[in-house]
Amino acid sequence: MERNEILKHVNEIFRDVLDNEDIILTETTTADDVEEWDSLTHIQIIVAVEKYFNIRFTSTEILSWKNIGELINSIADRNVA
Amino acid sequence: MKTYKEIKANLKSDISSLPTIKVALLGDSATQFLATAIKGLGVDCGFNINLFEAQFNQIEIQIENPASELHKFQPKYIVLFQSTHKLCVEHAKMGVDAQANLAENRLDSVDRICEAYESSKIICLNYPEIGDGVFGSYCNSVESSFTYQVRKLNYELMRLTAKRHNLYVCDIAEVQNKYGRNFMFSPNVYVCTEMVLSLDAVPLVASRIVDIISTSEGKAKKCLILDLDNTLWGGIIGDDGMAGIQLGHGLGIGKAFCELQLWVKKLKERGIIICICSKNDEEVAKEPFRTHPDMILHLDDIAVFMANWETKVDNIYAIQKILNISYDSMVFLDDNPFERGIIRENIPEICVPELPKDPADYLEYLYSLNLFETVSFSSLDSERTHQYQVQSQRHKFAKTFANESDFLKSLEMTSCVEGLTKFNIPRVAQLTQRSNQFNLRTVRYSQSDIERMATYSDVFCVNFTLSDRFGDNGLICTVILKRIDENAAFIDTWVMSCRVLNRGMENFTLNTIVDIARKNGFSEIIGEYIRSPKNKMVEDHYLSLGFSEMEGEEHDNRRYVLHIDKYCNKECYIKKQVTK
Repeated sequence: MERNEILKHVNEIFRDVLDNEDIILTETTTADDVEEWDSLTHIQIIVAVEKYFNIRFTSTEILSWKNIGELINSIADRNVA
Repeated sequence: MKTYKEIKANLKSDISSLPTIKVALLGDSATQFLATAIKGLGVDCGFNINLFEAQFNQIEIQIENPASELHKFQPKYIVLFQSTHKLCVEHAKMGVDAQANLAENRLDSVDRICEAYESSKIICLNYPEIGDGVFGSYCNSVESSFTYQVRKLNYELMRLTAKRHNLYVCDIAEVQNKYGRNFMFSPNVYVCTEMVLSLDAVPLVASRIVDIISTSEGKAKKCLILDLDNTLWGGIIGDDGMAGIQLGHGLGIGKAFCELQLWVKKLKERGIIICICSKNDEEVAKEPFRTHPDMILHLDDIAVFMANWETKVDNIYAIQKILNISYDSMVFLDDNPFERGIIRENIPEICVPELPKDPADYLEYLYSLNLFETVSFSSLDSERTHQYQVQSQRHKFAKTFANESDFLKSLEMTSCVEGLTKFNIPRVAQLTQRSNQFNLRTVRYSQSDIERMATYSDVFCVNFTLSDRFGDNGLICTVILKRIDENAAFIDTWVMSCRVLNRGMENFTLNTIVDIARKNGFSEIIGEYIRSPKNKMVEDHYLSLGFSEMEGEEHDNRRYVLHIDKYCNKECYIKKQVTK
């Protein structure tokens, strides 16, 4: 899957989990840019992304992402279809 | 089961009009998700749960310190969630001797909490196992092994409930048995958050907790209504006949129906009322119950048998009339999605499980729903089916009399009146928990509340049984009188089972309590009606008994007074049975 396509799906997941249709993510978006994205909803997002792409993140990855681009790196690394 | 996100969405609606329940959640891991899910599921049960969440790992501080936030909060329920995970870490840091006492120590702490918060209900989550692999299967022979201690702890927690009547064990070990440890626990999420439950497990664990709370608040399932063809046996009795229906052990689908019936039978023994609702000719439908060698259920297990060609909606209406219990205490099982849809549409309060297509899956699916949560059990419960069968007979018998008083006289009713005894306390508590309709103030008491009450000299708890020519209804009415001053006794509780409505029992009860009030030097009795969603039936209870409404009183609820010096005994046809 192409990076921009992954971004599109991740964006949908954010909107769904955070219940906010206005969220527009870019590769450089960080938690500071999205109001509802806190440490708790972060967990909801991770679990939703894992389910959607049928992958499992390592705990190191979960703690390491600084922006959406890095999250997408972790998804792209798994060659998701 | 709803997802966490759906449950969380419940909290967006305005729930301020729902009755509030104070719940404290104490955990040794991060519990924010669990807290949200408990509140959200509370909304589905009709409660506004005011939840106090302690900072995690503060259990000891909150419990021991009389000035703690927990003490100030005065919770009705305390949910105690100590994780197996943290226990495992604790265990690893100990010497072998201490390891062998791990379960004992943990139990002591639960015991102390139950004692310190005697007037709260303690919901203690038990411990899903973690096999640490240190001894392999040999852990079963090593007392200090972690598995040994966890199993011991779970077992001893069960035993502790016999001593601490305010302790309720919430069986999340059973949730893990059903769904597996890999479902319950996400190691990567745990490492990042201190959460010991996976996000998918949170709703299931929260629902087991809320099941206990809502059951204590009087919302238990009391009745199971069953379809017949392809629900209780395979095939269609009207077409396939006795020899053609699939039922019985051995190979094949008949085994699944047999085992479903065995489960229903156990529920009946536990006190769940079993009814039949089926589109069939009555005699044809009853035939397997009478003569099929592999039927587990027999006619005397069934309280109300409705087999005819009316709609199932009408038949469930009729069942409700006979049993006099609310629709939300009923469960309806039917293999036919169409029938299920019609029932849900017409009687939305009733619980209609979405049975799987394959009858082989029925039981495991039903197990997963935890439909029949309860917070008490007494040996009298198994008598209930019989009492309702007798109730059906009374219905028929009543039709043969021209007027009501002739009918009532002919019933030859007697009532045994007693205070609290160690034998009736569980039933009295149960009556306050389960009665919704004939319940003037809907105050729920646990067994330990009632036990404590028995020691107060200013509280009079009067209990009534009722039997008649058809049988014994058991203990069906409780009145709790409290002294408020020298002259006045306040009716804190007046609950009665709806099984004995229209029998003059209210008059008999009032005659009895007036008598008790006189003997104790009171000159007036004050009653109060607190409206609940279900007790409209007794809205005018006190007026119709001759109380007068109190005026100029600053109370939110209506209060009534009866001056007992002018009271003449009301007519009733119930004889008081003198106990030895």
